[in-house]
Amino acid sequence: MTKTDGKPRSFQEIILRLQTYWASKGCAILQPYDMEVGAGTFHPATTLRALGTKAWAAAYVQPSRRPTDGRYGENPNRLQHYYQYQVVIKPSPPDLQDLYLGSLEAIGIDMDLHDIRFVEDDWESPTLGAWGLGWEVWCDGMEVSQFTYFQQVGGHDCKPVSGELTYGLERLAMYVLGVDHVMDMPYNDPQTPIALTYGDVFRQTEQEYSRWNFDVVDTDTLLTHFEDAEKECARILAAPADDPKIGKRIVMAHPAYDQCIKASHMFNLLDARGVISVTERQAYIGRVRALAKACADAFVETEAGGWQA
Amino acid sequence: MPDLLIELFSEEIPARMQARACDDLKKRVTDGLVEAGLTYASAAAFSTPRRLALTVEGLTGESPTVREERKGPRTDAPEKALQGFLRATGLTQDQLEKRDDKKGQVWFATIEKTGRPAPVIVAEVLEDVIRNFPWPKSMRWGSGTLRWVRPLHSILCILSDESGAQVVPMTIDGITAGDSTEGHRFMGSQRFSVSSFDDYTAKLKKACVMLDPAERADHIWHDATNMAFAQGLEVVEDKGLLAEVAGLVEWPVVLMGQIGKDFLELPPEVLQTSMKEHQKFFSVRDPKSGQIVRFVTVANRETADNGATILAGNEKVLSARLSDARFFWENDLREAKAGMGTWLDKLDNVTFHNQLGTQGARIARIAKLAREIAPQAGADPDLAEQAAKFAKADLASEMVYEFPELQGIMGRYYCAAAGMDPAVAEAAQMHYKPLGPSDDFPLNPVSVAVSLADKLDTLTGFWEIDEKPTGSKDPYALRRAALGIIRTVTGHNLRVGLERLIDMQLLEHTIALSLDTAEEREVYFLEEMVDEIAKFGVFGAAFHAVTDKLAGKDEPFEVEEGTWLARLRASLPEKSDDLLAFFHDRLKVHLRDEGIRHDVIDACLAMPGNDDLSLLVRRAEALSAFLKTDEGENLLQGFKRANNILTKEEEKDGVEYRYGADVKFAEEDSEKALFSALDDAETVIAQAMKAEDFGVAMGAMSALRAPIDGFFEAVQVNTDNQIVRRNRLNLLHRIRETCLGVADLTQIEG
Repeated sequence: MTKTDGKPRSFQEIILRLQTYWASKGCAILQPYDMEVGAGTFHPATTLRALGTKAWAAAYVQPSRRPTDGRYGENPNRLQHYYQYQVVIKPSPPDLQDLYLGSLEAIGIDMDLHDIRFVEDDWESPTLGAWGLGWEVWCDGMEVSQFTYFQQVGGHDCKPVSGELTYGLERLAMYVLGVDHVMDMPYNDPQTPIALTYGDVFRQTEQEYSRWNFDVVDTDTLLTHFEDAEKECARILAAPADDPKIGKRIVMAHPAYDQCIKASHMFNLLDARGVISVTERQAYIGRVRALAKACADAFVETEAGGWQA
Repeated sequence: MPDLLIELFSEEIPARMQARACDDLKKRVTDGLVEAGLTYASAAAFSTPRRLALTVEGLTGESPTVREERKGPRTDAPEKALQGFLRATGLTQDQLEKRDDKKGQVWFATIEKTGRPAPVIVAEVLEDVIRNFPWPKSMRWGSGTLRWVRPLHSILCILSDESGAQVVPMTIDGITAGDSTEGHRFMGSQRFSVSSFDDYTAKLKKACVMLDPAERADHIWHDATNMAFAQGLEVVEDKGLLAEVAGLVEWPVVLMGQIGKDFLELPPEVLQTSMKEHQKFFSVRDPKSGQIVRFVTVANRETADNGATILAGNEKVLSARLSDARFFWENDLREAKAGMGTWLDKLDNVTFHNQLGTQGARIARIAKLAREIAPQAGADPDLAEQAAKFAKADLASEMVYEFPELQGIMGRYYCAAAGMDPAVAEAAQMHYKPLGPSDDFPLNPVSVAVSLADKLDTLTGFWEIDEKPTGSKDPYALRRAALGIIRTVTGHNLRVGLERLIDMQLLEHTIALSLDTAEEREVYFLEEMVDEIAKFGVFGAAFHAVTDKLAGKDEPFEVEEGTWLARLRASLPEKSDDLLAFFHDRLKVHLRDEGIRHDVIDACLAMPGNDDLSLLVRRAEALSAFLKTDEGENLLQGFKRANNILTKEEEKDGVEYRYGADVKFAEEDSEKALFSALDDAETVIAQAMKAEDFGVAMGAMSALRAPIDGFFEAVQVNTDNQIVRRNRLNLLHRIRETCLGVADLTQIEG
């Protein structure tokens, strides 16, 4: 295990230490996916790469948007935009728990002083048609991560099984840094000449997006976007596998999946606007799941998904 | 006699699954061993978050060799028959033996099952148990195919005796059994080998693992109560939480922490629920004020700072949690004080059940019914209606959204905050009761009225849409609802005619279900009928009353066959009878638990007014007590004798003997004595029945015992004198009539 000296001093240092740690454990350090998603799991590096037989190891930060959680930057720990740190390794290595505990040490949590517990928490994503078994990890009674062994994604059995770790970065960092309000958390080193807090960086955007999410975003447009994305996804997947221009087999799983991500985000926004009733909710989730399944079906027909000519 | 020790070491097993897993491991392994021919003296299973362990003591070293003889086909039978026999026995023809049988020469096979050593059997059984373990949820991991609750890392499996321990050779999905294990994840050090169960538990303890969940629970409870006691406080008992927490730690360390001052104002139930559900903390109460003032958390390790860091972290997390709770509480109080109107509006849009409509519609039905029941429960109808209207308002509150188990409890606080009558506030909580067979039923009349209305509405609703409990399936807890009504009604000795209320409410559901499709006139008909039943209590009569009323208007009103009204006329009484029979079944189960036999209840169910549960129960109790006395038993025999003779003669003669027994035709003294005893008893019984005093009625009945016995001893019923004979049969009829007026004794067995 890598022992890193001393406590981190800022939000960004915690991210940097996680990047360094997981890089040292052989993960490819990827960058955030360039679309609005609700959680790090939506990144194709997790959703799609959990499918098929090929080995995979990746870690990345993923900005995550949950429009309903917006609180105009007032709530000490609720945000409509926050960061998740995501690690996904396939097949799940036998020492994944130990690797994970090493990452906590790397960000300055002293295993000799804290009480770390693995508490049952099974994960399910109805929109992705995915589920897995695992735990939420508690540090002194606080949930610091989600630990999941994927069993199914997009309706496909995961063989081999991927191990997925998700850290809620703001919450974890607030705990490690001893901060009570997320907006007060040092974003960069507080000793630096231009010291910035999380609030300096994000308070204004939290306000702007909270207003837009809850009251301003045009629901008719959202509905149109949702339906457009749904149609485009189907259209992409309906294209024949062989590209007539290049004369090669190119199954467009990723472009199709982008449309699934888009539809999912439109649904989240509609939900935040309060225009979706309880019964409609289930129907929308079912529609997004159908897209996710179709994309999963397509991905296993690609080389990265293990397809062989 | 070796001992067997098994440990299945894995990543963290969910706490709620551990106890069941222990039982399953023990049962499946020992059953498998016994089935394979081994015997054992004793077995015990244990669990920690990371391991399941089983010790089996006094196991036989091998299974015995068994010889079995089997008779085959005749030697002159077709070749096919012989081949079949060889396949079935697994032998070759030269291993068979010819023997003479009654019908000729027959093949005989002697099959010998050689005994096998324990290790081979254990390996076989354990592999089978692991592969087929009944986890509620199991998973795969890595590239393997094995399923376990979480990744399985190692198997310890040894047989040990005085000469030492021997590893049972086995490999499953790449895991080879050995004799070593690990201690505590953080406080243990290297893997270590063990040689016996005692060695195993001792070394585990050194490596900071308490193997026995009961020991961990005791340890936690002991330390927690001591710590609280030292400060003049007490831990709020919670056995479920204790078991769960004991399943989350291998080395329990109890810590007591502070609750921020700002949160002490929260209702104790909120503090307790928030701490338990989110943090798995025990609540610590000040016995003087009843307030929750501290918490107890159980860490999984010791630390150099004696848990100071851990406790500080837990206190901080709790503050964040309670900030949320306080936020909900304050928002909710604001709504409550404003009259809860927005909550009620919200419930108009919340589905209760996809066929039975919204919560709002349900509340309206319950309120109407509560008003109807109120007088019988001794409650003010206005208060009962108001209470029913607000009893479920808290379902729309933020706190109950967050903690559904606080429904009712929050309602009570919120109704009180809104300045409502204390009886209304109380009903918000108590109308849910009783929650189980041992929970108290509501006491306050307003709560009783709302509780009965709520449960009756639920039962009739699901009866109306034909979603009745079947076998072990009762998703809407309808059995519990019926038992709740039975206990509340009989507990308060309420005189409620259930049939009338069931009919009314079934109609209310019919109205609600047909609002979209029915014509105005049909709905009018139904509504009229509800009122008629309310007044007169009988569905059939109400039906006629309403058709008559309608016929009196501008056109004649006829219910044609095949129309929905005709179907209603047929189906409603069917559903109503069926639901009442359901109540009677539940009542039988309930009274059987109180020691009253089912035939005693049947004897009472056959009497009029059997939808009046209080009357029914009092009659059954009196009859049950009566039949336990010698008088009762003998009277029953006397009654049966009289009834049997009478029935037989009536069948023979083709007439009913029911009138005109006259004392002037009595010949014997004992006959005259029976006449006079019946005169006395009939008077007393008639009065007692009117007063519903079944004890007195049965006492009077028991006074008949001696005269009946005397009569049968001295008198021959079937004499040649037809006048005397008929008179005696008519006299027997009086015995029958008198006794049947109290209960249907023909139903009593024995």
